[in-house]
Amino acid sequence: MSDLEKFRSETRAWLEQNCPPEMRKPMTSDGDTFWGGRNAKYSSDAQRVWFERMRDKGWTVPHWPKEYGGGGLDGEQAKIVRQEMAAIGARQPLTSFGISMLGPALLKYGTEEQKKEHLPKITAGLIRWCQGYSEPNAGSDLASLQTRAESDGDHYVINGQKIWTSYANYADWIFCLVRTDPAAKKHDGISFILFDMASKGVTTKPILLISGYSPFCETFFDNVRVPKSHVVGTVNRGWDVAKYLLQHERAMISGMGERGVGRPLGQIAADSVGADDHGRLDDAQLRSQIASFEVDEAALAAAAERAVDLAKAGQSHPAFSSAMKYYGTELNKRRYEILMSAGGIDALEWESDRSRGGARPRAWLRTKANSIEGGTSEVMLGIVAKRILDLPGA
Amino acid sequence: MALVLTEEQTLLRDSARGLISDKAPVSHLRNLRDAKDATGFSRDLWKTFAEMGFSGLLVPEQFGGSGLGAVEAGIVMEEIGRTLMPSPFLATSVLAASALSRGGSEAQKAQHLPKIADGSLLAALAIDEGAKHRPLQTKLQAVRSGNGFKLSGDKAFVVDGHTADLLIVAARSAGAAGDRNGLTLFLVDPKAKGLAVERTAMVDSHNAARIVFDNVEVNADSVLGEVDQGYGLLDGVLNIGRGAVASEMVGLSEEVFGRTVMYLKERKQFGKAIGEFQALQHRAAQLYIEIEITRAAVLKALQALDTDLDKAGTAVSVAKARAGATATLAVQEGVQMHGGMGMTDQFDIGFFMKRARVCQELFGDSNFHADQLARGKGY
Repeated sequence: MSDLEKFRSETRAWLEQNCPPEMRKPMTSDGDTFWGGRNAKYSSDAQRVWFERMRDKGWTVPHWPKEYGGGGLDGEQAKIVRQEMAAIGARQPLTSFGISMLGPALLKYGTEEQKKEHLPKITAGLIRWCQGYSEPNAGSDLASLQTRAESDGDHYVINGQKIWTSYANYADWIFCLVRTDPAAKKHDGISFILFDMASKGVTTKPILLISGYSPFCETFFDNVRVPKSHVVGTVNRGWDVAKYLLQHERAMISGMGERGVGRPLGQIAADSVGADDHGRLDDAQLRSQIASFEVDEAALAAAAERAVDLAKAGQSHPAFSSAMKYYGTELNKRRYEILMSAGGIDALEWESDRSRGGARPRAWLRTKANSIEGGTSEVMLGIVAKRILDLPGA
Repeated sequence: MALVLTEEQTLLRDSARGLISDKAPVSHLRNLRDAKDATGFSRDLWKTFAEMGFSGLLVPEQFGGSGLGAVEAGIVMEEIGRTLMPSPFLATSVLAASALSRGGSEAQKAQHLPKIADGSLLAALAIDEGAKHRPLQTKLQAVRSGNGFKLSGDKAFVVDGHTADLLIVAARSAGAAGDRNGLTLFLVDPKAKGLAVERTAMVDSHNAARIVFDNVEVNADSVLGEVDQGYGLLDGVLNIGRGAVASEMVGLSEEVFGRTVMYLKERKQFGKAIGEFQALQHRAAQLYIEIEITRAAVLKALQALDTDLDKAGTAVSVAKARAGATATLAVQEGVQMHGGMGMTDQFDIGFFMKRARVCQELFGDSNFHADQLARGKGY
């Protein structure tokens, strides 16, 4: 047996022994996601046990170095852990923007001191992070952001406003883009800085969305004092860090297109629509929509797997995550259009217990943000056209 | 298994690409078409294919081949797709070699496989009968007669049927059209009495034939595999062929796309390159993304075929459905973005459009394979 096969069988056995049965069921609501943080809440004992076991194993982030609380696994091993978790339907033990966004940027651009300070608290689920990127006048044109950081001795004094800050009202710390040189060209005067959301002068205000949920906030900074040592990377070169982080954010968001809701779409549809005498879904158009969706979903899963393998082989294009982000989010919107059509009038109830508080229509509405957040589909296509295809202009 | 080519596979790709782009650019197909060439491909080039080991790529080593798998066949097919080279590779080296090495008796293998490997035997698979690919609907009758069978019925869209030295024919020996049981594969000599071959000139200038069987006598030794139980063998062979054609469509799509992007950078209107227009940039980007995702799905299917042929059906249907849709999009965008030039015979783009249409139909189009997927999942 090769080392990898041995690792796979050990992983399978360990997961079998340690993943509680409740944590192998598909998630049914946002409350099933464990985010960690100072005010972490577990929705069940099983969730706590699963998180703690994975944390102690170093597998909240299997591929990060052990010294920062990761599992120290190489690419092949990490892929095996993912595959074996998927095989039993194991939930992610910890979800966090620290893992999917800040961590990779810190690993590349952070000082040793910054890595030692922040990464172990991310892997251990002690600190929950949020992202301070968009502003009211800096959406797709993110580099025109205006939140300013003025020098005052060893500190910066930060003033301005962010918007669409995901879960800012629950976050402990923020990684934030600020303008440190207002005189420079727009991409050249930005710095990437970290600070505690409990700092004096930080306030958040949730934004009510069409789904009825408020996952995003407006975030205000009023003379917030932050030590200069909290800048990641070089002062005024924060755009490099920001772009690198965005690649990871986009890769994460693209994964939404792959994330099934448990049962296959065809079966979910058959439950409400019914089948004809041949056992085929009794709505020929819907059936063909689902089939072609599932073709594309399987193809996207292969592409995601290949993207990881290409990166490992040093053959990937840095802008490819934009391609995946575009496709994954558009596909996820298709998934929910199909789910709404399959559910018919049952999928229209908004408040009843029967509908779990309108879980499906709210999730459907939530997906409409997928192709906006983290860079719109149009911005993604522009990046692909210019950076990968090298088309001229603009 | 990583979804990237290994070092050996990359070398194979480079050598196939070198040969094919050098000896058989699109002008090769154009010349054969314009000359109304009776063979429809170059026998000299096929000799070179044999010398380089391509014709016996899937033939087991003990019979003189390389004993490689679907991934390697796909690599060669992708290069064939880039230049639209007409070649016996699909019918002989992929389909017939797979059918014989998987279903053949020791005698059948020893008789035919070495000749496939050395390039001296051309073969063709005769499956389709109606307008659409429906292998289970096979009606061509195989009636027991003495020690053997008599075959009667029609076959269409037999790739390379006009030059084949050996036909592999799917026939119904029992049951009714639609039944999984009752299909038998036969090895048939095209010169047999009662067999008539009509070469059909197709839209893509590639080779195909209609074949009429009128009480064609075959003996018991010409059965390939088991009598009445041929569907399993046929389905596996077809899946290998589907993976190969999907690979051809990936190569075709990428080539059309590359030519189109180049045109977007060169062609000027309103005082600038048309590739500066966002309307075209976004469509080009979308097409690039479709091709990349399809490429991954196709490689996934080829690896699945090599890992466990019997379990590869879903991955193959995903690949063939995706590749058909992607190639259709690629050639349409290619012609549209080339504007009026794309409509001219002088420009090569039209050749790609014609070939893509044929590849769609070959062994089941996107609708067929999406339907297969849905049936497999029970809806």
